[in-house]
Amino acid sequence: MIMSTNTFMKNATAAPEFRLLVIAVFIFGLMSVLSPDRFLSSQNLTSMAFQFPEFAILALAMTIAMMTGGIDLSVVGVANLSAVVAALILTQFSDTGMPASQSAIWLAIAITAALCVGAIAGLINGSLVAFFGLPPILATLGSGLVFTGFAIAMTGGSAVMGFPETVALIGNAKLVGIPVPLILFALLAVLLHLILTRTAFGLRVTMYGANPLAALYAAIDINRMLLKVYVIAGMFSSIAGLIVMSRANSAKADYGSSYLLLAVLIAVLGGVNPYGGYGRVIGVVLAVLSMQFLSSGLNMLQVSNFARELIWGALLILVMVMNTHAVAALRGSFAKSSK
Amino acid sequence: MTKLFPRDFWTRNETLVAGVIVLFCIIATLSDPRFFTITTVSDLLRASIVIGILAVGAMLVLVSGGIDVSFTAIAVFAMYSSTVLSLAIWPGIPWPMIFVISVIFGAGLGAVNGFFIAFLGLPTLIVTLGTLSIFRGFLLTFIGSQRISDLPPSMRDFSRGVIARGTTEAGNFYSIPWAVLALFFVIVLTWFILKKTMLGRSIYAIGGSVESARRIGINVKWTQFFVYVYVGALAGLAGIIHGSVGRMADPFSLVGLELSVIAAVVLGGARLIGGYGTLTGTMLGVALIVIVQNSLIVVGIPTTWQSVTIGVLILLGTGVPAYRAKRAAAQAG
Amino acid sequence: MGRLLFLNTLQSSWLFMSSDHDTAFIDLRAITKRYAGVTALDSVDFTVQPGEAVCLAGENGSGKSTLIKIISGVEPATEGTIHIAGQERTTLNPRISAAAGVMVIFQDFSLFPNLSVAENIAFATQLSTHQRFFKARASRDIASAALDRIGVEIDLDARVESLPVAQKQLVAICRALASKAQLIIMDEPTTALTDKEVRRLQGIIRMLKDEGVAVIFVSHKLAEVLEVSEKVVVLRNGKKVAEGPASDFDTQSLTYHMTGRDVPIVPPSDVTAGAQTLMEVKGLGKVGSFADINFELKTGEVLGITGLLGSGRTSVAKALFGLVAPDSGSIRVDGQPVPIGDPQAASTARIGYVPEDRLTEGLFLSQSILRNVAVGRLDAHTSSGFLNMGDLAEEAAEWLRRLKVKAPDIEAPVQSLSGGNQQRVALARWLSRAPRVLILNGPSVGVDVGSKADIHDIIRDLASQGIGIIVISDDLPELLATCHRILVMRDGRIIDTLDGKSVTEDDLAHRLAS
Repeated sequence: MIMSTNTFMKNATAAPEFRLLVIAVFIFGLMSVLSPDRFLSSQNLTSMAFQFPEFAILALAMTIAMMTGGIDLSVVGVANLSAVVAALILTQFSDTGMPASQSAIWLAIAITAALCVGAIAGLINGSLVAFFGLPPILATLGSGLVFTGFAIAMTGGSAVMGFPETVALIGNAKLVGIPVPLILFALLAVLLHLILTRTAFGLRVTMYGANPLAALYAAIDINRMLLKVYVIAGMFSSIAGLIVMSRANSAKADYGSSYLLLAVLIAVLGGVNPYGGYGRVIGVVLAVLSMQFLSSGLNMLQVSNFARELIWGALLILVMVMNTHAVAALRGSFAKSSK
Repeated sequence: MTKLFPRDFWTRNETLVAGVIVLFCIIATLSDPRFFTITTVSDLLRASIVIGILAVGAMLVLVSGGIDVSFTAIAVFAMYSSTVLSLAIWPGIPWPMIFVISVIFGAGLGAVNGFFIAFLGLPTLIVTLGTLSIFRGFLLTFIGSQRISDLPPSMRDFSRGVIARGTTEAGNFYSIPWAVLALFFVIVLTWFILKKTMLGRSIYAIGGSVESARRIGINVKWTQFFVYVYVGALAGLAGIIHGSVGRMADPFSLVGLELSVIAAVVLGGARLIGGYGTLTGTMLGVALIVIVQNSLIVVGIPTTWQSVTIGVLILLGTGVPAYRAKRAAAQAG
Repeated sequence: MGRLLFLNTLQSSWLFMSSDHDTAFIDLRAITKRYAGVTALDSVDFTVQPGEAVCLAGENGSGKSTLIKIISGVEPATEGTIHIAGQERTTLNPRISAAAGVMVIFQDFSLFPNLSVAENIAFATQLSTHQRFFKARASRDIASAALDRIGVEIDLDARVESLPVAQKQLVAICRALASKAQLIIMDEPTTALTDKEVRRLQGIIRMLKDEGVAVIFVSHKLAEVLEVSEKVVVLRNGKKVAEGPASDFDTQSLTYHMTGRDVPIVPPSDVTAGAQTLMEVKGLGKVGSFADINFELKTGEVLGITGLLGSGRTSVAKALFGLVAPDSGSIRVDGQPVPIGDPQAASTARIGYVPEDRLTEGLFLSQSILRNVAVGRLDAHTSSGFLNMGDLAEEAAEWLRRLKVKAPDIEAPVQSLSGGNQQRVALARWLSRAPRVLILNGPSVGVDVGSKADIHDIIRDLASQGIGIIVISDDLPELLATCHRILVMRDGRIIDTLDGKSVTEDDLAHRLAS
């Protein structure tokens, strides 16, 4: 039970998260060396901190769904629908000339409405998975289209804009020098970490992901747990949607469509087992940082946006090969010693 | 022995989807008699060609127990690169050669997927998610990101070729392009592989149980490899047809369609767990998606509700059988 | 013990064996297999004659699966010689072995649920001819020939997933026959079969033997295979410890050889079940599954529920724990009604359930031992929303100590434990919830004979603490060793209530089968 420091170090370095840490530090170092004055400039660091939280939060939503062996393909749809609902409330009941105190109230109402949309969307996803027995991938593929479809139907497919200035608080402001989106991401990451590792619910999520049948026999209330999981994923998505809305100063049904695959990619890169039962928030955070350092650094080096996509994909496959290659190498050495 | 219907006829997805299509057509014809004409049919048929070919490939992957989300990236990569290559080397190249080049490009990229999946044993969703980014990123970074509307002339010739064309008595124009034959060819070839070769039966067997397949001596790795190469080749074909018929090589097209194609296949009864999926079902699924995408307005649903309709269809099409299976399992105790 | 021949490694030659080497279908000599320093098989001789049925017995880890892997070409032997069909085989792989006629039927049958019966039977045969094209007609011909050979009728076009277990096994046998099997190796062939099906299987095996096909059984259920076997070979710790004609063995002597010690059959302790009624089940029924189930369980009582497979015993057990929703009836614990069809409610009423299949139902194999135990106590150790990890670990460690689980580290995954220890972890999860009623479905299935006795001790001990225990089992000695009362089920109904102390094994077997 008590691990010596030595074995502790061994375990820590054997964890997939350690490999990610190395990768993140390596990329940060590489970019700092290649483009020291620009990559490390406070301007670049700040702009990075504004860029990544929106899809990083979607990756957190994906993480909790994947922990159960599921997936949530509706995250972007939920984000946009929430943003559209919030935007419609804001444009309907407030105007740009409204005093800040008054528009803040409407902003609060809009945020609440957006979170409710996320929760309801999560309830729908959770019910489809828990009560109707749909495979999560299909349930959320279908529901994602429905949510996006509602956003299109409500807006006619065009962007909603014309918000009071207070809206910029969510996506463009700083609090004691730290970008608000980054603060939101950090809070949500810590929250999800605590939920997964320090609460009964979180442990049940992991256990269910490891073996759904055994969870049933262990008298875990599976339906309730799944509902909660997808509600959390939905509400996280709503928050991401609000950040996107604030940063773009508008809401539209098809914003961030590339974020869906990106969120899956980050979660998997972060070591979350897509079949369930294993995943750590720290891994996801490190994966997000690696990707952001990489894409931002490549930007500095005048590499096109499209090359970033190429490199993300290559990074994902590389990490997967490294993870399984380690297993194969182990197997190989075992086979040799047994001969 | 020979029964009119298979015993599970009424519970099959194919029946359900066919029923929805028939119902849709009846309502559409009632609300607008012009719906049920050769013009509509030829329009829908044209719209089905590319999705149809891609769907056949996606079904094959689902049957083998995997999932592929990279085939749209393969299609657009193969289409754009073969066009660029043709223009650079031999602008007067006949279209069958461009097609062959595109198919070879597609097969090559499929082989990349196949290598990681079959020989390194990586999970299919993750690999194809990664290669989706890689193929697309590579294409846009190194090959080009400009639309090319000045295609080799032979590609335009292909798009002009029609099997039948004419004007109905009501004065509506219709045409059925050659490309329909490509879809037909793909269906027949795939049907032959799946039903009449040991390779095809092995794909079903692997989808049913990889472990059992290995134990009775099926070469699982090469069979899986074949699946991804074949799917890549189909994607290459679909891509070049898309470019020819649309008379434009657009490196931003097609990607984003992958989930709709998978949705069509799943509506047609293929299961994500592998081992189940038919060409009939896949074509019905494609037909349903294409009808909803093109003719929703006829039954009085505004086009803005298109996504909602497709989403609801997917939820119903997969939810009803899933719920039935869940109930049956609960009954069995 | 009489004529029984004991073997140790020194006197490994057997009187009438030497002359049989020439005719043997399988002839293994001095086979040794080492894995990374562990000796799994130690100089084992093993022969099978054409048409002979051999029972290969041994506990988990005795080396019997390794021996099967070597014969079927899955693993190479480290030392020793292998002859199959009179030919020495220096390199062996599954293909060569199969081509020589060695077919293994695994416990899961290795069938394709999505393919037809015909294809399942004919696939391997068609594959072996290296033909490229699939001929549906030929496939049906091969399949119907194989089915005719064992005199069974199964719809050739049915999908295998729709068949009952016994028919799946027949399909697997037919597949082996279609591939020209000379030797069929069956891994635990009778586990999932009802009595009637076992008898049919025995008939088929006799017929195959008459046709010269040899059979090796690898089995835990000793009595059933002894009936059709000519020869018994017992392995222990990688060594052959006994070999002889089946008629020389009985269940007790086999157990002795397998474990190396006599496992006494202990009658239930004299804990008189308390007078207090703990659980009351009235009129429990579910259409098509079971009906009219009534019984009472007293504090400290061990109640057995037995019956053949399909008698409804497992459905009743699941219904008591809410995993199956009955249509009618009521369950009370300590006089309080327990909502039916709801595992959480049953768990709150302090009913515990340890399922039969540890690996898929009972445990979270990849998760730590700690988590596997603690999962039942999460709410109890939650304060202001957060878990108290220290308390959880302390409590789990305490239960593991009490149940004598040998585990180096409670953070290690539970899959690193042996079968017996895994079962104790499953028990610890429920015991930590201080259950009033504990339902144990097949408490010693797949557990070594040695650990079995320990588990029975634990059951008696728990009962003496006043817990009411329900043991669901078809292992008659187990029931006799633990239960005060035994309910016998057939066709979903309780047909007999027997006193655990007075009933004999023969009597019980008779009532089960009649």
